[in-house]
Amino acid sequence: MENIRFEPQILAFVCNWCAYGAADLAGVSRLQYPANVRLLRVMCSATVSPHHILRALQSGADGILVAG
Amino acid sequence: MVECGRHLNIKLLTLTEVAELTGRAGDFTVTLTKKPRYVDMDKCIGCGVCAEKCPRKVDDEYNLGLAKRKAIYLKYSQTVPLKYAIDPVTCIYFKKGTCKACEKFCPSGAINLEDQEERFAIQVGAVVLATGFAPFNPGVFDTYGYGRYPGVVTSLEFERILSASGPFEGHVVRPKDKKEPEKIAWLQCVGSRDLKPGAHSYCSGVCCMYAIKQAVIAKEHAGADLDAAIFFMDMRTYGKDFDRYYQKAEHEAGVRFVRSRVHSLSPASPDSLDIRLEYVDDQGKLQEEIFDLVVLSIGLEASEQFRNLCQRLDVKLDGHGFTSTSSFAPVTASRPGVYVCGAAAGPKDIPYSVMEASAAAAAAAGELSPARFSLVSTKTYPPERDVSREEPRIGVFVCNCGINISGVVNVSEVAAHARSLPHVVYVEENLYTCSQDTQDKLTEVIREHGLNRVVVAACSPRTHEPLFQETMNNAGLNKYLFEMANIRNQDSWVHAQEPEIATRKAKDLVTMAVAKSALLNPLQEADLPITQTALVVGGGLAGMAAALNLAQQGYPVHLVEKTGVLGGNARQLLTTYRGEDVGAFLERLEARIFQEPRITVHRQASITGVDGFVGNFKTTIATGNGAAVIDHGVAVLATGAKEYKPTEYLYGQHPGVITQLEFDEMLRRRDPRLAQAQTMAFIQCVGSREDHRPYCSKVCCTHSVKGALELLEVDPGADIYVLYRDMRTYGDREDLYHQARNRGVIFNRYSRDKKPVVTAQGEKLRVEFRDHILARPLAVEVDLLILAAAIESHQDQSLAQMYRVPLDADGWFLEAHQKLRPVDFANDGVFLCGMAHYPKPLEESIAQAQAAAARAATVLSKGTVKAGGLVSRITPDFCCGCQICVNVCPYQAIAFHDSLGVAQVNEVLCKGCGACAAACPCEAPVLLGFNNRQLYAQIRSVLRSA
Repeated sequence: MENIRFEPQILAFVCNWCAYGAADLAGVSRLQYPANVRLLRVMCSATVSPHHILRALQSGADGILVAG
Repeated sequence: MVECGRHLNIKLLTLTEVAELTGRAGDFTVTLTKKPRYVDMDKCIGCGVCAEKCPRKVDDEYNLGLAKRKAIYLKYSQTVPLKYAIDPVTCIYFKKGTCKACEKFCPSGAINLEDQEERFAIQVGAVVLATGFAPFNPGVFDTYGYGRYPGVVTSLEFERILSASGPFEGHVVRPKDKKEPEKIAWLQCVGSRDLKPGAHSYCSGVCCMYAIKQAVIAKEHAGADLDAAIFFMDMRTYGKDFDRYYQKAEHEAGVRFVRSRVHSLSPASPDSLDIRLEYVDDQGKLQEEIFDLVVLSIGLEASEQFRNLCQRLDVKLDGHGFTSTSSFAPVTASRPGVYVCGAAAGPKDIPYSVMEASAAAAAAAGELSPARFSLVSTKTYPPERDVSREEPRIGVFVCNCGINISGVVNVSEVAAHARSLPHVVYVEENLYTCSQDTQDKLTEVIREHGLNRVVVAACSPRTHEPLFQETMNNAGLNKYLFEMANIRNQDSWVHAQEPEIATRKAKDLVTMAVAKSALLNPLQEADLPITQTALVVGGGLAGMAAALNLAQQGYPVHLVEKTGVLGGNARQLLTTYRGEDVGAFLERLEARIFQEPRITVHRQASITGVDGFVGNFKTTIATGNGAAVIDHGVAVLATGAKEYKPTEYLYGQHPGVITQLEFDEMLRRRDPRLAQAQTMAFIQCVGSREDHRPYCSKVCCTHSVKGALELLEVDPGADIYVLYRDMRTYGDREDLYHQARNRGVIFNRYSRDKKPVVTAQGEKLRVEFRDHILARPLAVEVDLLILAAAIESHQDQSLAQMYRVPLDADGWFLEAHQKLRPVDFANDGVFLCGMAHYPKPLEESIAQAQAAAARAATVLSKGTVKAGGLVSRITPDFCCGCQICVNVCPYQAIAFHDSLGVAQVNEVLCKGCGACAAACPCEAPVLLGFNNRQLYAQIRSVLRSA
């Protein structure tokens, strides 16, 4: 049996005013983290509805992060 | 900071000092010297390669020596402007003439080792001093062992220890051996409230609060088992919600508060880093305790550099080295045309510094209003092309950012991937997409290839979107047809060791951006005209000061006062704590208000209705002459507060018991009872800091101390007692407290559970209390008992509802942000000042009033308000009328239209958060620029591509 390590696909909804800025700052500070996450910028975490999360899970995401 | 750095009308001059100030208010010449940066600001892209390659490591002053930086450096990662600088004192090239590693590796050729100091002059109308403070250096005293014992750090060092971006990433450790402390002590008043030479007699005003905050956060970081103890004399938590924080720290977080005087610090044993702390407790007993770490709560002082600057500027200083100001003009320095804010004018905290900053802007703007807009820059763009009938034609620009992106991500592969994406008709790689020549080229390419959407894969939209949007405008495209993929900050920089995976991520981010881009629509912004008139509610001191400043700035003002006279509580005050005559000042202020043609005063008027929103309010006022409707663009709420009528200590039952305001009235009338009285007592915190009123009324300690000194003026032989819980004479008010103690006023502390007991003894009163030094009960017979009664809010629910602004649990108006937006409300166009916000002394009310005027003028001066852009729009056909959106909108931007039966968004008030879109069961609201179709497209595109 082929031995493939499971690599989760994570989609992050990040608030433009805080979490997105924090992710930028992580870059300026050269903090290193796993590359499994794809960031999707929203204007406020309040705009993320269950529909978005369900749609992401249906489309194959293994994990969702809402940061704001 | 970012906003400041980007503002069209703010020019940042870094590394620059003021050498000379000549001329006069309205027409100054400032001579400046600009030190060499050795880095060309136009070329530096802030990539940090120079610092990475620089071989010279030195102590990092931002982290107070707890970490290292390079000789070419950024002070900290959020620095504005984000440009590196060479420190010539430590740079190897400047010492030995060789190295130049930075020059060799800089990808944009920004290093200029030949840079020279420049001297130049600029013309200005006003000068604002905002130079801050210097931290007290505790090394000047042997007592604290600072510098000798590694277990002793300053509070500023501890702040860096606690910081997530600090040397230990927020992990609480002792710097020397990285031990996780089990016990930490904070010592208050280090360098403050101290008469020793080298220390300062004043209270630094901020240390009690920051020590509590540090103790609470340390326990959060290190775990609840950490023993955090604060050794203090008086706990001075006098600001808004500060006492609540203190109570929560003690009773919920478990911070230990030890009322004490510290005697000495020494190593616990010869080879130990632990510190033995010896102190005298509140019973007068000597105690000792061992701590892993001792934090010195150092005070704020004026630096020698600052004092020299003020000398060069011909600005007078007070006895403590801060600028000297009057209580009636709290941000005006002695030299006309020079204003001051923040700790340069005396120690103070963030909210008050922010208030003063706006106040200084208002004071300067009042003087300079005839010249308003004379030097302002604005931009014009070609007309926008209509793209609504075109298929999407997307251009993708992938940036190398020197080697910042291309050093990790395979940019050519990303570009090739972009070419394969739907609707993409043009792809280009750039060395620096943000450079001016690329911008010009971009404009051409957009025209040449008929692009109608642009995606830039580079750095962050938070820093660069405005720049590219401007290019869109220049190319005749709507700026909302632009999208960015962040492949630097959120990719190459954070996955530096995994180039393949980072390249895959970059492709995904570009895929997402392109997917969204194809669905972007042009968004329109409209400028709606406003009524450039202000309405000030409340004709007390704060309202008067706000009205006058707005009028000086050139705007018509309606000042609405519910009583028949202006002046409010200040009418009853005798002098400020500095001894300035309040009555005389009020008369001058009132005369100026009545002389000012732009101010209309409405007396005996009340507000009965408010319609409209920022820029276009309609307020109905009822006066003796009937109702009137006032059109105005902004409102300033300055409704004040009132003195509590005590039920305690025989007030109202015995003629010898009076409140502070009644006492001021007796002083003013030279009431013979004062001269006859031999013994008098003040009781502090009457009605304040209680369960039902859990806040400090802030002004009463100073008022009583000042009152005691006034009584000694009347009769130097009088016996005066002040019974207090914590003496809160913050700032240089502490000098009055010293003076009162020196002149024989007896200060006696009581605790909340053992309050003084007052009984009538004929014309006199018997006051029993417990002496905390003698540890035994005492009783004195007094002729007069003055109660420091709490200050209460008017609990004006109806006014709050009409202007749609919140009140807090104590009935004070609740500002948008307690630290950073102290005079704004979340509801645009409404501002607050004075005691309606929280009890405060006169000078702080005036500063806050000027601040509110400054903030209000930012709306009035524009002449229009922006509507549209990234806002929500409700599709009426989908709206079921449930009004969930009306309730979730944090900005009260959605109203329900009764006759149509649908909710409607006010595009001026909408901030584009999209909460309505998420909450609506019918997907009726569409957040423009971030709509569901766009978000779903992004989600699908990235997860499918995996």
